[in-house]
Amino acid sequence: MRFSLVTTFAAAMLLAACSTPSEEASTTSGSGSSGGSTSTTTAASDPAPTALPTPAAGTQEELTVEVGDRIFFDYDQYNIRADQRDTVEALAAWLDTNPGVAMTLEGHADERGTREYNLALGERRANSVRDYLVALGINPGRLSVVSFGEERPAVLGSNDSAWAQNRRSAFVVN
Amino acid sequence: MTSMQSLHIHRAPPLPRWRLTGLMPALAVLVLCLLAPWAPAQAQLKVDITRPVVEPLPVAITDLFGEIAEEQKLGADIAGVVAANLERSGLFRPVDKGAFIQDARSLRNGPRYGDWRLINAQALVAGNVQLQADGRMQVQFRLWDVFSELQMEGRQFTTTPANWRNIAHRISDFIYERLTGEVGYFNTQIVYIAEAGPQNRRVKRLAIMDQDGQNHRFLTSGNETVLTPRFSPTTREITYLAFQRSGGREIPRVYLFNLDTGQQEVLGEFPGMTFAPRFSTKGISVIFSMAADGNTEIYTVDLRTRGQRRLTSHPAIDTSPSYSPDSSQIVFNSDRGGRPQLYVMDSDGSNLRRISRGKGSYFTPVWSPRGDLIAFTRQHAGEFYIGVMRPDGSGERMLVRDYNVEAPTWAPNGRVLSYFRTTRADAQGRITSKIFTIDLTGFNERELVTPLDGSDPAWSPLIR
Repeated sequence: MRFSLVTTFAAAMLLAACSTPSEEASTTSGSGSSGGSTSTTTAASDPAPTALPTPAAGTQEELTVEVGDRIFFDYDQYNIRADQRDTVEALAAWLDTNPGVAMTLEGHADERGTREYNLALGERRANSVRDYLVALGINPGRLSVVSFGEERPAVLGSNDSAWAQNRRSAFVVN
Repeated sequence: MTSMQSLHIHRAPPLPRWRLTGLMPALAVLVLCLLAPWAPAQAQLKVDITRPVVEPLPVAITDLFGEIAEEQKLGADIAGVVAANLERSGLFRPVDKGAFIQDARSLRNGPRYGDWRLINAQALVAGNVQLQADGRMQVQFRLWDVFSELQMEGRQFTTTPANWRNIAHRISDFIYERLTGEVGYFNTQIVYIAEAGPQNRRVKRLAIMDQDGQNHRFLTSGNETVLTPRFSPTTREITYLAFQRSGGREIPRVYLFNLDTGQQEVLGEFPGMTFAPRFSTKGISVIFSMAADGNTEIYTVDLRTRGQRRLTSHPAIDTSPSYSPDSSQIVFNSDRGGRPQLYVMDSDGSNLRRISRGKGSYFTPVWSPRGDLIAFTRQHAGEFYIGVMRPDGSGERMLVRDYNVEAPTWAPNGRVLSYFRTTRADAQGRITSKIFTIDLTGFNERELVTPLDGSDPAWSPLIR
């Protein structure tokens, strides 16, 4: 299982290498198919296209581009959704590739709940990611966890779409 | 320092009403002796605050009399604050001063009751202010029942003129207590979170003010996010949550803030995030949640020994604990039944039972200082509610419903609640959050105006 995970991850890495990191695009994790768009748009312009700089290994930038920097949760839930597992597995592989990296897993909640309960919920979410990473063989000593409850929304607004994107765990390279 | 004495009525601190009844015969004799010229019998005037007030009681509040301009200004300022307090309670309606027939000077010789009956005042407040040679201020006030022609209250305070606002609140409390039979709540403060900025960069500062919004000051700078302040019932301390910045990281932890010294200290060193703190009834311990390894449990810390004790042991979320006034029980929030609900347990963690039974989710339970009710936040079908229920879960009643209302706190007399209301954010993340108060009856909702946005109000005990 570990072997296949790493190979799919490597493929994803190749695909993702020329995509631009963006807050919105990261919702579809690193294995997405949005890789081609940047190169086609620059090809038509007059000056010779310059290669986009590749993020340095083991940095937040590389993680964001290659894995994605967050996963999402269902309302009032903290189990890792089936459609989010790939991202956590890719994160485990990335941490394997970058053994010197230590990471903070942030837990966040949407604003629909009380501040106190959402702190607990955010902590649960971050720990769900942590537990999955540890199960995949990551040394727990490299991982710390913090909950921000509903204090740091990633997406502004009070609507279902914003709330869905704010129920998240974010991966932050220390 | 303020000294205070009773005028004519020679009883020491006012006793709760149920105790007073036993003393009534003796007290009545005393009152009759002292107030013989006017006192026919016990006053009949009483406001029932257990039901919605349809017609607030008309009270004439005269400017306290002064001989010189400075005294007159203090007297008018004190009367203004008293009138505003009583009006805001929803139980009283200050009579328009323009209608007054008898002037302040002649009131010193006692009321001409007919003059006050003529303008439909049921109660009358008057008094005087005198600046003394030592710079201190002597304030006297009296409360009369206009129809039974009886003095109901009379007190004298000596203090510095700078304390005039405090005196006005204490006078308001005496009037409220005499007319309702309940302890007052005007000489109190509210600590809260002052907020500004868009959703994702909201600056949150600890702030404190009098219950009428005056004497506002910020307690923290806004560098660190702070949440959920709560007053000690016995000391000048607040406990709250702060995201402390340390080496580029932010760590949510429970803090203590001493209002007299400004000193802040962390509650203790714990292996996980600490949050949702509240003082015990006697102020000797703090009950809170700690999350370690993904599991949130309820703990207490003794503030003298700093010894800690875990009270829950369950893989679900256990948070938002609040003691009963006798400290024998704890109500808290748990999702052990699948959704967030309210549970009560004995203070040693035993005898656990669920008390919330309605539809939706329940949060932030707070035991009333009277012990008879628990206030909470409820979320159901896309809306939020502030409600109350009895400690056994019966008698559930919703007081407020809106897009987002949250975090009730009790006035020390258990008759008024405060909470906050947040609007939907727009696409730029602009939101407003405001603090409100409401009667336990669900009537008389008032905004408590703050300089910035406000949230997480917490009422102080009554300052005597």
